[in-house]
Amino acid sequence: MEVCNCIEPQWPADELLMKYQYISDFFIAVAYFSIPLELIYFVKKSAVFPYRWVLVQFGAFIVLCGATHLINLWTFTTHSRTVALVMTTAKVLTAVVSCATALMLVHIIPDLLSVKTRELFLKNKAAELDREMGLIRTQEETGRHVRMLTHEIRSTLDRHTILKTTLVELGRTLALEECALWMPTRTGLELQLSYTLRQQHPVEYTVPIQLPVINQVFGTSRAVKISPNSPVARLRPVSGKYLLGEVVAVRVPLLHLSNFQINDWPELSTKRYALMVLMLPSDSARQWHVHELELVEVVADQVAVALSHAAILEESMRARDLLMEQNVALDIARREAETAIRARNDFLAVMNHEMRTPMHAIIALSSLLQETELTPEQRLMVETVLKSSSLLATLMNDVLDLSRLEDGSLQLELGTFNLHTLFREVLNLIKPIAVVKKLPITLNLAPDLPEFVVGDEKRLMQIILNIVGNAVKFSKQGSITVTALVTKSDNRAPPDFFVVPTGSHFYLRVKVKDLGAGINPQDIPKLFTKFAQTQSLATRSSGGSGLGLAISKRFVNLMEGNIWIESDGVGKGCTAIFDVKLGISNESKQSGIPKVPANPQHANFAGLKVLVMDENGVSRMVTKGLLVHLGCEVTTVSSSEECLRVVSHEHKVVFMDVCMPGVENYQIAIRIHEKFTKRHQRPLLVALTGNTDKSTKEKCMSFGLDGVLLKPVSLDNMRNVLSDLLEHRVLYEAM
Amino acid sequence: MDALVAQLQMQYRNYTVSLYQQGFLDDQFTELKKLQDDASPDFVAEVLSLFFEDCVKLIGNMARALDQTGTVDFSQVGASVHQLKGSSSSVGAKRVKGLCITFKEYCEANNYEGCVRCLQQVDIEFKALQTKLQDMFNLEKQIIQAGGKVPQVDIN
Repeated sequence: MEVCNCIEPQWPADELLMKYQYISDFFIAVAYFSIPLELIYFVKKSAVFPYRWVLVQFGAFIVLCGATHLINLWTFTTHSRTVALVMTTAKVLTAVVSCATALMLVHIIPDLLSVKTRELFLKNKAAELDREMGLIRTQEETGRHVRMLTHEIRSTLDRHTILKTTLVELGRTLALEECALWMPTRTGLELQLSYTLRQQHPVEYTVPIQLPVINQVFGTSRAVKISPNSPVARLRPVSGKYLLGEVVAVRVPLLHLSNFQINDWPELSTKRYALMVLMLPSDSARQWHVHELELVEVVADQVAVALSHAAILEESMRARDLLMEQNVALDIARREAETAIRARNDFLAVMNHEMRTPMHAIIALSSLLQETELTPEQRLMVETVLKSSSLLATLMNDVLDLSRLEDGSLQLELGTFNLHTLFREVLNLIKPIAVVKKLPITLNLAPDLPEFVVGDEKRLMQIILNIVGNAVKFSKQGSITVTALVTKSDNRAPPDFFVVPTGSHFYLRVKVKDLGAGINPQDIPKLFTKFAQTQSLATRSSGGSGLGLAISKRFVNLMEGNIWIESDGVGKGCTAIFDVKLGISNESKQSGIPKVPANPQHANFAGLKVLVMDENGVSRMVTKGLLVHLGCEVTTVSSSEECLRVVSHEHKVVFMDVCMPGVENYQIAIRIHEKFTKRHQRPLLVALTGNTDKSTKEKCMSFGLDGVLLKPVSLDNMRNVLSDLLEHRVLYEAM
Repeated sequence: MDALVAQLQMQYRNYTVSLYQQGFLDDQFTELKKLQDDASPDFVAEVLSLFFEDCVKLIGNMARALDQTGTVDFSQVGASVHQLKGSSSSVGAKRVKGLCITFKEYCEANNYEGCVRCLQQVDIEFKALQTKLQDMFNLEKQIIQAGGKVPQVDIN
């Protein structure tokens, strides 16, 4: 703007121009002043503005420009020097600031531009992340679907449910149009359409298994995209759909029980696969994504596992059912067997009794008949009858014995007897027959053989008789030797039998040697089995049922012994040897009382704990002596209080003196009953009294006593009483 | 020596039999002898000594009870008699037992004179028995010392 101090332009024509300039300058000034104000206002409002200094500069620049223009207003007319001065100052300042600002802007503008680019970049990034997150979310949802699917599949062990659920869930998760499962047929040559999701299909729709597309799918464990036109995928009615959706197929291994060996993950050498075909909806332009394929593969595996579990369960259920059936059958069989045994025992018992009675009659009467006057023919007939009936009686006894032996219900009847006499008796019995057959019999008894022994006399005789009888029966010539000795451990014995003589027992060995028919060594084991006979037809006439040796063996076993036969062969005779365990007795007379209390005769009294309650010292001592003599372990008490204190379940019998008049004595019986509530623990209560009339007996019974004895008791009486008592647990006749 | 043993044994046998015949002893004594064995060789002697002690004690009790001036407690006497009866029957002291039965009847009848009389008799009887049995034991000892065995005497 030209400022001229000396010239006064006074052009009336230029006044309009001047006016416009004036006005413009004014407005410019106003604008220039308002811009910084706006700037300040808006910057103050915004929280972030890094370029304050620039703003100040810019503000200053604008203000000064505005000021310049403002001052210009005064220069249109003549103006003083101060105005010119101010003007100049303003202009100078403006120049300075503007230059500075210009310089500053050079630095700043690129920065500002780059901010903008960064902003754009970040926006793009955010959009990308959004997309990715969307993807992840989809994947996660898919994963959840898989888990749920798996859970559904594995929560049931029913084959059909598993497969159906698989298809349904897959269809839902992946939004499939169709989903199908092809299972191999029994022959393994075809795949049969077993399950579909939506459509009903014709039954027995099969495709051959050797199709290339199927082989391709079976060849890999991954899901394979196949053509929608392949036979396995042609399931939908082709109703003019424009674009068939993509199809994927995956193999599902069918594992057998046998694949699960220990330490052996099932190797897919099974070669049995099912085919799962999945189709996307048509006309949807959807494509199979990788994660969807992965999902399908995972599901296929899970299905395989679930199916195998179902198979295992089926198998185990089947096995268990079978086992239960077998158990039931076994139970029935056992019950039947028991019933049979019971029936047999009952039968035997009854028949035995029924048979014995007439038998005895026959034998007895025949014997009697024998004593009368008979013609020789009649005598012969009677003898035959007697012999036959004796034989029959023996047979019956044998059979009954054997069955009792087998049941284990037979018990030895122990007693003291003279061993030497026994042997002599046996020999006497056999001698007649031996003499007839001209077989000399010799008896050798060892010098250290005890005379009086404890054992089952009857059964031992039976054994010896049987063996010697056999020797006689099966010998045509030669002599028979019977040897009896006490066996020591260095004698020969069968290898699995060791003889251990204990203090009061010894092992008796009896050897019966004959020089008769002999036995084939191969037949020896059979000898002791029931009803097995090895003689030839010729010797069969000698009779016998073949039970003798079996029974003898059982008896020998009962006596804790062993029996065996040695033979050098047919025609060379044989030796029968048996060992049995017998007790030693010091008795010098037969069936006497044992003089050595340490070895009491009656096993049932040995150590029997009894309690004697008697106020009278003398009779107490006598009763105690009596019982001690019988082998009991006696505790004595002299009052009922003491009795109650001392009595325990170990005492088997309590003898209480009830001689004192009055009822008090009987109270002890009641108290003892109260003390022992269990019947088998309660000792037997016997009253010792001086009078045994009916009223006393009744009184005793009413107070719960098990027996009454008249004082003083003799030794024999006491012995009998104890036996009776222990056997029957009650005693009201021994007086 | 054997002759001596045999003689002693004969003596013993006769003596024992006489005791039975005179009614001093009965079958219970035989039973008692049966209980003597190697485990308890002095059983009979022990029982008898206990019996005699008992006798002394009971007779003493009865004497005291009957000696009361004033009312006599017959039940007490009766109790002692009962005990004595029991003891004597346990050892086979036949006469003593018989006396006890009579004694008991007198007690129950509260017969003072009868009781006193019985008591005296019991005293005499048991002392006599004691002497006799002592003799018998002495004979046994002699036999054993002479080297023999005490014979078993069968009464019936």
